[in-house]
Amino acid sequence: MSKKTMVNPRNAYGEALIELGKKHKNLVVLDADLSKSTKTIMFAKKYPERFFEMGIAEANMITTAAGLASCGKLPFVSTFAVFATGRVYDQIRIDIAYSNANVKIFATHGGISVGKDGVSHQMIEDIALMRVLPNMTVIAPSDATQTGKLVHLMAEDYGPMYARVGRADAPLIYKKEDVENIKIGKGIIVEDGSDISFISSGTMVEPALEAQKALSKQGISARVIDMHTLKPIDEKLILDCVKDTNGIITAEEHSIIGGLGAAVAEILAEKNLCTKFLRMGIKDTFCESGAPSALLEKYELNDKHMVKNAKKMFKN
Amino acid sequence: MTGNDAKYIVKLNLKAVKIRKHIIEMLYRAKSGHPGGSLSAVDALVALYFVHMNLNPKKPNDPDRDRFILSKGHAAPALYAVLAERGYFPVGELKKLRMIDCMLQGHPVCTYIPGVEASTGSLGHGLSFACGVALAGKLDNKNYNVYAMLGDGETGEGQVWEAAAVAAHYKLDNLTAMIDRNFLQIDGHTENVLKLESVRDRWSSFGWNTIEIDGHDIEKIINALEEAKNHKRQPSMIILNTTKGKGVSFMENNVDFHGVPPNEIERNIAIEELSLIEKRLEASL
Repeated sequence: MSKKTMVNPRNAYGEALIELGKKHKNLVVLDADLSKSTKTIMFAKKYPERFFEMGIAEANMITTAAGLASCGKLPFVSTFAVFATGRVYDQIRIDIAYSNANVKIFATHGGISVGKDGVSHQMIEDIALMRVLPNMTVIAPSDATQTGKLVHLMAEDYGPMYARVGRADAPLIYKKEDVENIKIGKGIIVEDGSDISFISSGTMVEPALEAQKALSKQGISARVIDMHTLKPIDEKLILDCVKDTNGIITAEEHSIIGGLGAAVAEILAEKNLCTKFLRMGIKDTFCESGAPSALLEKYELNDKHMVKNAKKMFKN
Repeated sequence: MTGNDAKYIVKLNLKAVKIRKHIIEMLYRAKSGHPGGSLSAVDALVALYFVHMNLNPKKPNDPDRDRFILSKGHAAPALYAVLAERGYFPVGELKKLRMIDCMLQGHPVCTYIPGVEASTGSLGHGLSFACGVALAGKLDNKNYNVYAMLGDGETGEGQVWEAAAVAAHYKLDNLTAMIDRNFLQIDGHTENVLKLESVRDRWSSFGWNTIEIDGHDIEKIINALEEAKNHKRQPSMIILNTTKGKGVSFMENNVDFHGVPPNEIERNIAIEELSLIEKRLEASL
């Protein structure tokens, strides 16, 4: 196995903000005492007058961003995913979603691979919470290259948006030219296959690619989809997977309720499409402290479990 | 309307009575809504929209305008009546408050009601929104000012104090907030529900310039707004000592009219009482 280049998506976010800050003079950044972790500190150093440290006061930060947006500013708001969604749900609902404010919430430390900090810091419900809000676009980039591009796209399009990445360094999946033409709302076939489809998002795309390689050695051809946009979801691509392959496994570092798996299930059910189907994710439980790899193994959310599930699905 | 003479103030008081009549009619027609806190907020709104604020109803999105945010969004009828009287939309719209397919929602929404700056109704948000507007003004070296009105009970929300800290930290002297201090909230007297006193000390200790006045004396409100505007390096809080249900005898200091509209008889009496005040004011002109 060749050694993978590891890059942290958070750094890609910080770099993208600096580039965007140069291009968009109205871009402002807000953080709640976590700028070193979310990497908004990179922007803060370059454009101190356009960076607002809001202290440990997330509710105020979200609504303040809406106020800034009402004056033509383009606010990017960052903190950990737990504090960027659940803690401030009412503020997002009224001041950003209902008000259709041009605020971009970019959350880091999403999912359980935050690791040892435990449940208080492991956000596995954010996609569900954001997906249910009218006007809200929901994004989960899969690697640093794609993160950079999606942050640019978030800045170009008007409207409320939520994006989340994990805490950890992540293997690079894409080169710069691979992401040039990606669009919000359009999923990507990263690897094509004919037996089953992995529809994955965020940190689960790379393990799906690993699973695909392992399965191909065992004579099973898997398609890997990178569904970086959870809402609006790429319905056509999901329908194509039903048509072109014999089963779908969704994979996300999120509860199996309300996230990617649920979004796919909703479409399959409403279109009366009968296919083998499995949601991989956190199975309606809180997790615990532990090393990220140990957590992902215990809660059955890695390439090994993808292979196992795919083989089971293929056999039946 | 210019000049600070007695007749000018009488005319403003007449405008306030007209707004109060609108509120009674609107709530009677809607058969729902919040009379008490709408009536207590009227005089400050008249001072802001008819005297103090720099605004142009024909250009509601003018980037240089002063902004007002009604954080106590349940006083929407007062805001709507003022906006209509000021020319943001036809007065006829007021009749359709809270009705299906109509513009005027139960609580303010900024996306389609001209002149409404922020969507409120969930308490505790407005001051934070005002902080954002004030920060943008500072960043762009704009001369506009931003105003926010909070309910007294509303300051139980923790978010209000997050905003209070941020406004002081960033020295947002282009921000003036007001508290409609009517001492009543749904479950009763504010000091019994969740003690607020000393309101003034709380805001002072957060680093705010504080002013306390009779919230129904329009001349004093105008002067306080001017004083707040000229105060530098600190945000200002004007504590408006008010009477819930102001202007209608049986609604005054009556918590039962927090969120209950007048029935037909109550509406008739209320309009009659307000008309009497109107006549008395007209006679003094």
